[in-house]
Amino acid sequence: MPDMQPLISDFVLKLKRRKVEGSHAVARQTAELLRSVVSQHRMGSTNQAAALADAIHAVGEHLIAANPIELAVGNTVRRVLHIIKEEDISFTAVGIEGLSVTAVSDDECDSGNDDLPTLSAAVLASHARNALRAPSLQTLLDDIPVSTALSHSSSSAGDSDGKTGDKSLKTRKLKHDVIAAIGDLIEEIDTCYDQISEQAVEHIHQNEVILTLGRSRTVKEFLYAAKEKKRSFRVFVAEGAPRYQGHVLAKELVEKGVQTTVITDSAVFAMISRVNMVIVGVHAIMANGGVIAPVGMNMVALAAQRHAVPFVVVAGSHKLCPLYPHNPEVLLNELKSPSDLLDFGEFSNCMNFSTQDGTPLLNVANPTFDYVPPKLVSLFITDTGGHSPSYMYRLISEYYSADDLVVRQKSTS
Amino acid sequence: MSQKKSRGGAAAREDADELSRSPLQAVLLADSFTLKFRPITLERPKVLLPLVNVPMIDYTLSWLETEGVEEVFVFCCAHAQQVKEHLEEAGWTGKPAAREMAVMAVESHDAISAGDALRVMYGRGLINGDFVLISGDTISNMSLKEVLQEHKDRRKKDPLAVMTMIIKHSKPSILTHQTRLGNDEIVMALASETKELLYYEDRADSSHLCVTIDKDILANNPTLQLHNNMEDCYIDICSPDVLSLFTDNFDYQHLRRHFVKGLLVDDIMGYKIYTHEIHSSYAARIDNFRSYDAVSKDIIQRWTYPMVPDVLSFGNCHEMKLHRQGIYKASDVTLSHSAQIGANSVIGNATSIGEQCKISNSVIGEGCSIGKNVLIHGSYIWDNVIIEDGCKVSNSLVCDDVHLRAGAIVEPGCILSFKIKVRKNVVVPAYSKVSLLDKPSNEDSDEELEYADTNSGVTDSAPFSSTRSNADHPTILSEDDDLGASETGTSGVLGYIWASGDTGNLEEWRQSIAPIPKEKLQELQHAVSVDGDVGSEEDLNNRPFEADRDNDSEISVIEDDDYTKFEKEVEETFQRAVDGVHQDNLILEINALRLSYSLQHADCAGAVFYSIMRAALVAAQSTNDSLLKSTADALTKWKDLLRNYTKTVDEEMEILLKFEEMCQEITKEFSPLFSKILPYLYDKEIVSEDAILRWAEEKENADEPDKIFVKQSDVFIQWLKEAEEEDEDDEEEE
Repeated sequence: MPDMQPLISDFVLKLKRRKVEGSHAVARQTAELLRSVVSQHRMGSTNQAAALADAIHAVGEHLIAANPIELAVGNTVRRVLHIIKEEDISFTAVGIEGLSVTAVSDDECDSGNDDLPTLSAAVLASHARNALRAPSLQTLLDDIPVSTALSHSSSSAGDSDGKTGDKSLKTRKLKHDVIAAIGDLIEEIDTCYDQISEQAVEHIHQNEVILTLGRSRTVKEFLYAAKEKKRSFRVFVAEGAPRYQGHVLAKELVEKGVQTTVITDSAVFAMISRVNMVIVGVHAIMANGGVIAPVGMNMVALAAQRHAVPFVVVAGSHKLCPLYPHNPEVLLNELKSPSDLLDFGEFSNCMNFSTQDGTPLLNVANPTFDYVPPKLVSLFITDTGGHSPSYMYRLISEYYSADDLVVRQKSTS
Repeated sequence: MSQKKSRGGAAAREDADELSRSPLQAVLLADSFTLKFRPITLERPKVLLPLVNVPMIDYTLSWLETEGVEEVFVFCCAHAQQVKEHLEEAGWTGKPAAREMAVMAVESHDAISAGDALRVMYGRGLINGDFVLISGDTISNMSLKEVLQEHKDRRKKDPLAVMTMIIKHSKPSILTHQTRLGNDEIVMALASETKELLYYEDRADSSHLCVTIDKDILANNPTLQLHNNMEDCYIDICSPDVLSLFTDNFDYQHLRRHFVKGLLVDDIMGYKIYTHEIHSSYAARIDNFRSYDAVSKDIIQRWTYPMVPDVLSFGNCHEMKLHRQGIYKASDVTLSHSAQIGANSVIGNATSIGEQCKISNSVIGEGCSIGKNVLIHGSYIWDNVIIEDGCKVSNSLVCDDVHLRAGAIVEPGCILSFKIKVRKNVVVPAYSKVSLLDKPSNEDSDEELEYADTNSGVTDSAPFSSTRSNADHPTILSEDDDLGASETGTSGVLGYIWASGDTGNLEEWRQSIAPIPKEKLQELQHAVSVDGDVGSEEDLNNRPFEADRDNDSEISVIEDDDYTKFEKEVEETFQRAVDGVHQDNLILEINALRLSYSLQHADCAGAVFYSIMRAALVAAQSTNDSLLKSTADALTKWKDLLRNYTKTVDEEMEILLKFEEMCQEITKEFSPLFSKILPYLYDKEIVSEDAILRWAEEKENADEPDKIFVKQSDVFIQWLKEAEEEDEDDEEEE
């Protein structure tokens, strides 16, 4: 795929230069790039899935390194790897059924399925998929009544149905299906706002007071949806220093006719007693149910907990990160330019290093993110519905396979 | 009218330009054409010197790429080969597909100044639209979009606005300028509304706190702002005209000292320079060692985000991680447990640091090995440096492959150039510059050259001029030394000590990395506080006015004297033109004359008109009729020439006044014909009706004898007034 190289390095540069920012844009563009990587990939005769996965690995590693703070890049890469694995297994299953060939897949996970050659493809596929995940109560239950598995609908919606067992087509079919599945992923990323905001009326009730911090598109759409359903409610917007995106959100809400009050970040505690629910958008949801969110969020969460106000996080599933915040490869924060806070010219005399012993007296730190531990979060609303923080690891195991968690290590080994 | 036409034409051309959309270009000067970074720049070009472990030029290039510049011409001069190799290695050139920005190296070995460089660029004909002019040692993260748009819009309205300068606010204190970037205060005057640059002085004499501004600037601008709190970022948006201007004025060398000042003084062509102030974004140029230090610290403090070590890893550089308190560490650093890394430090890849080391406010490059008990403070250690146990390095710059043996002490302000070896327990005295290469005794070597002009400046080159005097005796530092005699004798340092002159040390502190010594600081502060009583910022606005008034009489006398000489020379020149010299050459000569007498545009108009009338007078016979005829002939013939100088109403007025003066004093022959020639001037579009009406208005309050000619041409003026009223009526009706 020599003609992919400019596209990839272009995107890497964009990520490096922080030209693409925001989980949604990043996830979407990553998925699109990976789709074209897959479509440009020339399939070999054997081990297609592994080769494809390696190609994705190689690209993914670059992308993740380009901007490690955008966890959505890694999430999307892992999702694509997972898709490839799923498709591969369903093919293996088809192969077993149609041609009675034993599984030749290199995938270590499906070796346990070899003793069930007579099962229908769909069942096998669903089993294989389950086998990819960490063992759980549900998979255990699935495994025991093998005979009922046919009627039992798999927990994950199968893209694997309707496969023909034609082996000559297999090569192109796998690639085609992977591309189609990535297409679904892109669509999922695109429609996550609608999916989430559909649930708005269930959470926002008449005459409630909502508090939010900064500006998140997910929150905006959520509130819009509630307004469209004729709910009347008031919104407190904390301005979200130092970027002051809250001002933008307030303007947008007022345009839609929502009663809006702008407050400073420091006034959150003073106002929280009047608030019925805090709804915020985040940068990423970690595997333990903690979130990485714009700076100031921890304070809001603490205030909410103190007054027993529900702290609700709305986020698309592309923000689900399978890593724990203590993982070494997770970069929790990024320090931006101090010029958001102070004007350089104004303070240039404090910034000179030559009058003291080379140590500036004035330092400015401008971190972008906060970490909110899972115990402070009441509810997650994702495109698949509402979940509690303790359920996050389950949700994550649906989207990602366990051995993809560390993209970098795998490719270097 | 002809003016309007040309403007319209220019606008149309601009539109056409925009339709074809020429790519955004940039000219990057990979040479500073100064000697401030010597002796390091003898071996490596300035733009390749690492700034927080990344060559300076990479910052500039990646900023240009971020800002959507499509073509960059890197002008290499000194060490061109090294620059080109670097560009190749870092992947800027050679891989056109992978990059959106094409980088092309332009090489020229005989350029010795920025002016020469731009002349070469013009010669190659590579630039065909507005371009960004920047030198390879400028760090910025500003957005170009807005300023480019501003520049384009302005150009559409006024094709003479050839350049937009980026400026930046800083604290209005000499102290700040001196301590931050080590350069002198810049004083500039801007027109309040348009932000047009009217006056620029980068070497304002701070001891007097006084600038001299031409009174015409004050006269022509109702309001103007004087700034002493601006930093020049040395990023310019230029029109292609700038290149041709450099070519026309072959003596322009320095971008600011010659070009900007030249344009501001020159008003034949009337080119204008505007400014754009940036607020939140960062831009600074590394001009000397002190600004190297200041900008490095700004980068570490992340003012240049996203151009910070942990975000932007260039080509072959290794990834950095930011830890608490602004400590940047590459992934593969061997750090002993007892080593203490203080705040704001950067440690490069594959560097090992021994026990009990203390490192603070320093940048350490890649592949260095640092022994035990080493103290490094406020220093810049480049790649592959070996520092043995117990060394002390403070506020110094240590280049690649330097070897400090155990116990060596490097005192503040030192520059140790490439591959210097310092022996055991040697103390390198403060502010020494040590290099393996001898100081070139001849300034005309093919290294970076400073043009002759700056050498005459006292403040600027004082440290160098002093060191130059010592150049003939390369000294080898002989310090006490444990080793005794060896192949390098008793010397402690192998290499040439550059700055050891006693006068050199006086100025050395200004631009070195070391913090300014307390006593110097007190001196500076003292200077500021003493002057503060007289010359605070607000006062500064009034001072030039006063100064002007005081000198007024004196100046005018000189001017008058000058003016008659000038007039005479113009007349002689004109006479030659009558004899057949081409008109274009005539214009050139008159302009040259005007410059040499430093006179106004309007003066030219008067003088030329005077010459024409004299010529007419000579040609005519004594009768009034023939005089009128020959005048008419002369005016018809030379009206194009005259129009060159009558671009504004003021200049037209000048012609009328001159005419009047002539009639009264020198050539009384014209006086009866005044009222007849005046309509003729109007017909030929030499003077507009505005000018005539204003002239008449002005004369209304004059003394009786002055009014003769107004009265004489009363009929004509009356007619003009009526015509104007009619015009207005017409407009109203419409």
